Amino acid sequence: MARSAATRQSILSLAARFAHRLVVLAPSLLLSFSVAAATPEPIKIGAYASLTGKEAAWGQSYEKGSRLAVHEINAAGGILGRPVQLIFEDNQSKAGESATVARKLISRDAVVALLGEVSSGRSLEAAPVCQAARIPMISSGSNPRVTEVGSYIFRVNYIDPFQGTVMAKFAKEKLGAKRVALLTDVTNAYSVGLAKYFREKIVADGGTIVLEQKYSAGERDFKAQLTTIRSAAPAALFVPGYYTEVGLIVAQARELGFKAPILGGDGWAAPQLVELGGSALADTYYCDNFSVENDSAEAQAFITRYRSRYNEDPDSISPLAYDAVGMLRDAITRAGSTEPEKIRAALATIRDLPGASGSITVDAQRNPAKPAYIVAFREGRFRFLETVRP
Amino acid sequence: MSEFLQQLLNGLSLGAIYALIALGYTMVYGVLRFINFAHSEVFMVGAFIGYYLGKLVPEGTLWGGLLVLAGAMIGCAILGILVERIVYRPLRGGPTINVLITAIGVSLLLQYTGQIVFGAAPRTFPPIFPSANFHLGTLTISSNQLFVIGVAVALMIGLQLIVFKTKIGTAMRAVSLNPKAAQLVGVNNNVVISFTFGLGSALAAAGGILYALNYPSIDPLMGVMPGLKAFVAAILGGIGNIPGAALGGLILGTVETFIGGSQFSTYKDAIAFAILIVILLFKPAGLLGKFTAEKV
Repeated sequence: MARSAATRQSILSLAARFAHRLVVLAPSLLLSFSVAAATPEPIKIGAYASLTGKEAAWGQSYEKGSRLAVHEINAAGGILGRPVQLIFEDNQSKAGESATVARKLISRDAVVALLGEVSSGRSLEAAPVCQAARIPMISSGSNPRVTEVGSYIFRVNYIDPFQGTVMAKFAKEKLGAKRVALLTDVTNAYSVGLAKYFREKIVADGGTIVLEQKYSAGERDFKAQLTTIRSAAPAALFVPGYYTEVGLIVAQARELGFKAPILGGDGWAAPQLVELGGSALADTYYCDNFSVENDSAEAQAFITRYRSRYNEDPDSISPLAYDAVGMLRDAITRAGSTEPEKIRAALATIRDLPGASGSITVDAQRNPAKPAYIVAFREGRFRFLETVRP
Repeated sequence: MSEFLQQLLNGLSLGAIYALIALGYTMVYGVLRFINFAHSEVFMVGAFIGYYLGKLVPEGTLWGGLLVLAGAMIGCAILGILVERIVYRPLRGGPTINVLITAIGVSLLLQYTGQIVFGAAPRTFPPIFPSANFHLGTLTISSNQLFVIGVAVALMIGLQLIVFKTKIGTAMRAVSLNPKAAQLVGVNNNVVISFTFGLGSALAAAGGILYALNYPSIDPLMGVMPGLKAFVAAILGGIGNIPGAALGGLILGTVETFIGGSQFSTYKDAIAFAILIVILLFKPAGLLGKFTAEKV
């Protein structure tokens, strides 16, 4: 990593400079296109996701959800009589790539809006680019700082203060855990944020955080931290990380004989977690954006269409991507225009929009209030346990 | 106390893997006086060969596991010999820095070829060996940890025997001492160097399999950090010195684990590397290395 960092940096900065030049050229390019338009021009929507790399499970699921939505829109005649074209870019799950691909989508492809990312950290990289270019972006990251970047940044899912509170309440009320330990990924904005809100709620309710241990994304050996946690003997352990590390953490914790329940957030949601953790996942819980056992009409309709197109059950990421496209369709239809500024204004006024992952009402901070679903590991997979409404 | 013993055990099993990789760095350095940066990618390829071979044998059997281990070691030995034959040999005799830069190039080539061939997403390594956990009071010992330490020790003893008790080992030491003089007394340098690369790469493959058994998530960039740590371990113990590499690996793994379990866990790499700097300030040739005047 250290060996190649310098070369990569210089290539990236070259690419960034090139992209910047294109931003300057973009308005004139747009003008020449609109003069030539005779047949309905497609509405270009950009998306960036981790299609490969560490969090590939999310990126691929995100692509499936958004492609399904766009396919349905185009089959029904498009938006404002124009077909929708989805342009996907891969950030390889790498830090630093998202800003570059967002610039590329805005300047070279001239998209009217952007979708992405599942990760808060990567959303935070692309958000300033979208804000500066005045292109609306809909993120699926749950860290509150994402939408704080500016008025063009929206969100399709619940935020970490809610998620952290839900899991802290669950630990206290359902598991009876008063003494809790934390294991946080310090390189991940999502993990640090979620740990903070969880800790605040536990302490506010009279519980104690007996120990807080840290790790960095990409590490594989957590036995050192877990041995210390085991000695502190907490009643529960909260691990607000992403599934690749969480799978190893849970397996190593159980290997060391740590028996207390382990809890997490929506960063756990991926089939790879079950593959890595296996039976070690017994007595683990996390809260999620979606559950296939959700009985709302929109959710069931989405599940049916998703199954018929992809021959598999949707996870919790694809409905978010599907709903983000739904938000754009609603905004562009009501705005009657594809001008980014008008789309932004319409996105800000979305009220009670039905979605696969729940009804969406955008608040003043550009966040929707949506329910969380707590799932528990039972008989080889995570099963729905309860719904918590905001 | 039991926490201390547990951390020590965790540290030793991590250190044993670093030691296995460090041996490859140190052997090549001993013979050719250059750092083979592609070594950490051979480690990665070893884990992937194990992943694919692991699908062919039944899970959790000793003979199946050993077969996979042997297969990966042979596969990587061939890879190491090929890399040396195709890339490094034409550059021999030129300035060392040229070979060094080329090694970095080979390292990147293997990393990114790996991303195309194996895919960039992490894979779950199959549990190829039978595993169990033993409890001694509050001390938990997994069979994987014991296995890692056992295999590492066995391979290191085997290596010592090869280097000091066999004809090819004597030739290796002769080339290391003075390649031209070795040639004059009839040592075939090409064979010795190929053998060194093959042996070092086989150890890296064993390290890769053991690493993947303990941390069963593998990807094409997995070699970068352990490779760097093993490189540090080799320097720490005295580059070119085989027991030194083993000692360096064990020290680094143990220190890293103890810091990882403390409140300073985020600084564990920083502190481990700071220790390296301090040791090198007082012992510039490493813990067991002998100081020699630079030849070039």
